[in-house]
Amino acid sequence: MLAPGNILEVDRLSVHFDKVEVLKDLSFTVAKGTTLAVIGPNGAGKTVLFQALIGSGPSEGTIRWAPDARIGYVPQKLDIERDVPITGLDFLRAHANLKRSSEGEITRVIELAGISAEVIRSPFGTLSGGQLQRLLVAFALMGDPSVLMLDEPTAGVDEPGQKLLNELVRRLQQERGLTVLSISHELSVVFEYATNVLCLGRGTACFGVPRKVLTPELLSEVYGTHVDYHVHDH
Amino acid sequence: MTTEYLLLSVAMAVAAGLVGCFAVMRRMALAADALSHVALPGIGIALALHINPVFGAAAMLFFGALLVWAVEGKTRVGTETVIGVLFSIALAVGSMTTSGEDLIEALFGGTKTLSWTEILFGVAAACAVVAFTVTQRNKLVVMLVSPDVARTAGIDVRRLNLLYLETFALTIALGLRYLGVLLMGALIIIPAATAKRLAKNLTGMLTAAVVTATIATVTGAWLAQWLHRETGPLIVTVAAVCFLLSFLIR
Repeated sequence: MLAPGNILEVDRLSVHFDKVEVLKDLSFTVAKGTTLAVIGPNGAGKTVLFQALIGSGPSEGTIRWAPDARIGYVPQKLDIERDVPITGLDFLRAHANLKRSSEGEITRVIELAGISAEVIRSPFGTLSGGQLQRLLVAFALMGDPSVLMLDEPTAGVDEPGQKLLNELVRRLQQERGLTVLSISHELSVVFEYATNVLCLGRGTACFGVPRKVLTPELLSEVYGTHVDYHVHDH
Repeated sequence: MTTEYLLLSVAMAVAAGLVGCFAVMRRMALAADALSHVALPGIGIALALHINPVFGAAAMLFFGALLVWAVEGKTRVGTETVIGVLFSIALAVGSMTTSGEDLIEALFGGTKTLSWTEILFGVAAACAVVAFTVTQRNKLVVMLVSPDVARTAGIDVRRLNLLYLETFALTIALGLRYLGVLLMGALIIIPAATAKRLAKNLTGMLTAAVVTATIATVTGAWLAQWLHRETGPLIVTVAAVCFLLSFLIR
């Protein structure tokens, strides 16, 4: 049983690949409607953690989702070749058909994600980083998810695009009460939006409110080098 | 060409075109060719046991696809690598168990008249392949874009992968007696590669692949009758011409 108000509880989660230990004894909780930011250097196991949470790949320990949790997942990279003639509309329509949703659902999610009709009729390979991320967000929003998992959603997106995506996620969270789990390299965004932060890396793991746990000393330990960041005070 | 041959040819072409689209988009073009060789030992064993070689080949392809799926899941080795190793073993065992004319026929297709059993098996298998691709199209598209996204959309990715590999194997078995193992792999890949160049969306690609495969099969068979040559090589040649023409169109 989950504690009241929680949508996810993870207890002593470990992941090994052959004999390499990627995650060890990780424990944390996520309350409904909050934002968990996952930070850490490259290779710390952030994507592996997300894959374990969605049941892709073997893991040890306990992962408990609330029974009513519906996950929308936005991956960091896609497996598809850039030259295949699959359009955004093909992709969204495939999901709509699987969910037995109407064409109206496609219109709803592309409006929510702020994608133009022209963009969804274009093949994947012709989309910019920002357009592709918005398309993936639109896909994830189909079926009215209660949790949005974003794996470095702004990687490869220019700065105005990053701002738009962050604002989009924030707006969706406020309007729809979504729980957001987001892997991020932008510490200023973590300080601004995250309710809790989970940091992974170099044998260290921390979990808590960003302003309390993310001390300069801990960040240096996690990343193995001095980390510059800016905290917005409102 | 008799009506039953025409029916089988078109059914085979439609199946090959549809399955080929997902094989090409999944970067399985070379693997497709290699997997087809797994049929060879099955043909050899079936001939030795005086069983119809199509059934021996189909059985071996079924186990070959199962093995590829199992090894891929256990070792995280890429599909191409697994199929590459399997292909070499199959070719070695196949050439030991099949000999002379039988081997040539297995590789390039034969001139022998097809039995009614073979024609019925062919049409039924083609219908099964078409039904799978049409009904699973949405799941295949999402899995193609991202297996992780597919999982969160409720798709059993492992199961779908197995079903796709088995459908692929069945498509190869479909054209064995007609085109041979080498050329059936080509009929799956070349029309799909042509369609990939020409199409602007998924429906366009599936349609273009089916049309190209059908044109290649029917024209190739007609040319074979007219020129008194083997059918398989002419079918693949027509498909290759379509592929080359796609460079002029786009």
